[in-house]
Amino acid sequence: MSFWRQPGFWLNVLLVTVGGAVVILLGQDTLRETAFTVLMFIALASSLNIIMGFAGYVNFGHIVFFGLGGYFGFFLLSQLEWPLYLAMIAGGCLSVVVALVVGAAVLRLRGAYFALATIGINEAARAFVANFPPFGGATGLYVNFSAYDKYGGAGQALWWIFILLWLVTIATVVLCYLVKHSRFGLGLIAIREDEDAAMVMGVKAPWDKTKAFALSAFFPGLVGTLYFFKNGNVEPEDAFRFQLSLEILVMVMLGGKGLVLGPILGAFAYERLRGYLLISPIFKNLHLALSGGVLLLIVLFVPGGAVGWVRDRFPRLRRVLE
Amino acid sequence: MKRFRVGFAVVLSLSLILASLTAPPGATAADKTILIGFTASKTGKLNVEATRQINGLNLWVDEVNKAGGIKMPDGTKVKVETKYYDDESNKDRVQELYTRLISSDKADFLVSPYSSGLADAAAVIAQQYKKIMITAGAASDSTHKKGYTLVFQSYTPASRYLTGAVDILLKLDPKAKKIAIIHENDKFSTDVVNALKKYAEDKGMQVPLFEGYDSGTTDFAPFINKIPQGVDAVMGGGHFADTTTFARQLYEKKVSTKMIALLVAPPEPKFAELGEACISVIGASQWEPLAKYSPEAAKAENVEWFGVTVPEFLKLYEAKYGKEEPSYHSGGGYAAGLILQKAIETAGSLDTEKVKAALDKQDMYTFYGRIKFNTTPKLQGLQEGHEMIYIQWQKDNQGKPAKAAVWPAAAATASPFVCPTR
Amino acid sequence: MFAQISASVIDGLLIGFVYGIAAMGLSLIWGVMRVINLAHGATMALGMFCIYLLFTDVGVNPYLGLLLVVVLALIFGFIIYMASLHRVIQAGYLYTLLATFAVNMIVIGIGTMVFSTSPRNVDFSLGSIDLGPIILQGTRLLAAGASIVITAALYLFLYFTRPGKSIRAVSDNRAAAELMGIPSSQVLALSFGLGTMLAAVAGGLTSTFFPFTILSGGTYQLKSFVICVLGGLGHPLGALFGGLILGGLEGIVPIFMPVSWVPVVEFGLFVLVLVVRPTGLMGAK
Repeated sequence: MSFWRQPGFWLNVLLVTVGGAVVILLGQDTLRETAFTVLMFIALASSLNIIMGFAGYVNFGHIVFFGLGGYFGFFLLSQLEWPLYLAMIAGGCLSVVVALVVGAAVLRLRGAYFALATIGINEAARAFVANFPPFGGATGLYVNFSAYDKYGGAGQALWWIFILLWLVTIATVVLCYLVKHSRFGLGLIAIREDEDAAMVMGVKAPWDKTKAFALSAFFPGLVGTLYFFKNGNVEPEDAFRFQLSLEILVMVMLGGKGLVLGPILGAFAYERLRGYLLISPIFKNLHLALSGGVLLLIVLFVPGGAVGWVRDRFPRLRRVLE
Repeated sequence: MKRFRVGFAVVLSLSLILASLTAPPGATAADKTILIGFTASKTGKLNVEATRQINGLNLWVDEVNKAGGIKMPDGTKVKVETKYYDDESNKDRVQELYTRLISSDKADFLVSPYSSGLADAAAVIAQQYKKIMITAGAASDSTHKKGYTLVFQSYTPASRYLTGAVDILLKLDPKAKKIAIIHENDKFSTDVVNALKKYAEDKGMQVPLFEGYDSGTTDFAPFINKIPQGVDAVMGGGHFADTTTFARQLYEKKVSTKMIALLVAPPEPKFAELGEACISVIGASQWEPLAKYSPEAAKAENVEWFGVTVPEFLKLYEAKYGKEEPSYHSGGGYAAGLILQKAIETAGSLDTEKVKAALDKQDMYTFYGRIKFNTTPKLQGLQEGHEMIYIQWQKDNQGKPAKAAVWPAAAATASPFVCPTR
Repeated sequence: MFAQISASVIDGLLIGFVYGIAAMGLSLIWGVMRVINLAHGATMALGMFCIYLLFTDVGVNPYLGLLLVVVLALIFGFIIYMASLHRVIQAGYLYTLLATFAVNMIVIGIGTMVFSTSPRNVDFSLGSIDLGPIILQGTRLLAAGASIVITAALYLFLYFTRPGKSIRAVSDNRAAAELMGIPSSQVLALSFGLGTMLAAVAGGLTSTFFPFTILSGGTYQLKSFVICVLGGLGHPLGALFGGLILGGLEGIVPIFMPVSWVPVVEFGLFVLVLVVRPTGLMGAK
């Protein structure tokens, strides 16, 4: 596989690694907050890319893994006082289990029916959690502030959380690259192009799809736990935001689906736009309209996303822009 | 020549940089300013209440600056500036925006957004970055059970919100037995009704219906249809928008009961827009313009008085905002400013620890009522001194809806009456 | 107890009619061009605002205002189709989904900027009819009636007029229809306009019962998905029945469990039907 010799690998990994390292070294709070959101989006978009970009199954409810995994991780953290690292991984594992169970039923559907089903799953999960007493029901869960003392106080804790997120995002990007250049990934791409032909050629589609779905679920679970711990609380409304799910989709499309660099750039660009428009009183709602406009332009004219377009125009760069 | 120009440019830019670094923007040694940061729901479902709250707070800022600033013991005055953003009644934005207020805008002190849910989200951020936050419009007790040390509550907590309504009910009908509770599924309303249920059951009553609805619900028919026949009272609600809709639908569906007591909406003057539907509805209010707090009454109880009197507040509010009648949300906003002002004056400094110590010691009467904070570690910052006033919408001499205070007896201007059969 | 159940069921069914009209728009668009219109909710919200503005600022009776909404929505749908879908209609479901979603974002973004997210209310009351323990709201009865009239009109249009038959032809087989001389692009644009119109009318009717914001369409869009799947995507009549089933469910389920469980039941049923019988209870294309 010798992926460490490929420039495409290094470009992606270094972008995330160096970016995060700079933030850590500078030690500024506002920069860290912005970088947190960027890294979170990169991790979510990259994980969605596995099922949507590689396998071609559009998951409109990707956020459900963020929500369920995050809730579970946060529950372990706040109610049972597990250490953050363990709780985070447990959250990711729960998301994987949910993906396996749900995927068995839902991955049989094709095309638009699958997309609709994922929306239904997200809504059902939200309504369920809102009624589930161990998860706090409609008023959600919170940590007692002293929980941050285990990590050296709130100020330090916020930095630890950031570092963890940085590592998780690197892992996500590395995994995406490895999947893309593996036999497994090739099978997924074959499924995307023509599922029946792929099966005829020996790709075990049902099992491969499920594996991809489960893989895509793991990282959002980790990210969710970290995000809720940073905020100190979680409510059903925050954990299963359909709008965020769609925004992640836009990020993948914006950068270029099926590529590793695509979600990274797409997430970064989208977050910058959003952050800029967040505080401007006139334009704060325009960000949604602008994103919609950009998405429409991409869908109509540049379906490969930004990176896809560059790869089309400059074939020489294909080795680098993976 | 070229080298000279380049050199000149370098020297000029260097000196400009040095100048901007050293000289503070037009400030003299004796004149300080503090920046108070907050978010407000200028849009979104909480915008009615939030607008009132910031009107009150901004009025306080104006008055303090008109007097030259907050008076410190050493004679200097500290002027107040504010910075705020619109949080769109959205919790996520609140956390991002408060982080920005603290780290980029460098706010010295914080006031919470309106509503317990949003204030809770902001409180985490305030405590994480070690800034004092005075909450206004936040009554939930649960915020103060989370181990925060720098968050101080100006409202009477939720656990004491509707308990008086049970007392009113028993006065109207000592044989009343059943209360139906339909409430918003958010921190504030949940805290209120949990305390309400316990209080009612302790008095021997039953609660045959106890259900929560999602924030933002507009269709209350499924809940109203579940109200058993013959309940003595319907209580609950949440915030202004949903409670008003709930009251309207109770009227449209001709629900018959002896008493309707709802949260947040009835004390708002806008509630009168419901017309016939608002008559006889009881609400719990943090403060009313007809409140009887005064420096004399404070002296009689041996507690110090601080700030404007009730008539003075009403005059100032009318001068700035015209015909808009202040509701308790407006009063709460102004009171939050007063609390901070008194604490800074007592502490004689802007240092967070010293101001916190001053807040812990605070015990005073204001136009808004008594202010005293809980200082035990379990409930740090919870409001202990403040009391609720209950109002009911009744018809005035011209047959138009008007608020009357009906409880407690010492503050009452009229007697409560049973809901007319619909 | 009986009074409670009948009140709940009737309430649910009355709303169900309006749900049905909303879902019908979605179902029609899917049936004709295999597109899931993610701008459906936003269109409903626009319908609500239209009626609100006409009623509050101009004083027009909401039901008369609906007639104007019909015309505006048809034109609006036509424009959306030409601007966003025309180019990608053959490109596969992902691109059409994303195109309509982009339109949704644009409409919501501009709508939020213009109207903000503070709730609005159409204060229009037609009184009520007292049937003993059951109170029927005038506005809801009229909305249910309007829904039946609209369904009948749609049925007549699709089966007895030339444009209607063209629509059915294109949805059966676009290539063959072209060969028979039917301008399929125009027909697709017309169907999209019809679908948008149904959504806007449903929104307008809903505005007479409940307060709303530009974001309110989202909930109804989700319900429309559920209804279309229940009734079978592509069957407008199926959508009406699906709407009644959903409305009835929303009325009956809360009697036996807390109301907050209703969405769990709804979406659970949704996923179940999708997995077990994707063609819906009435069979779809």
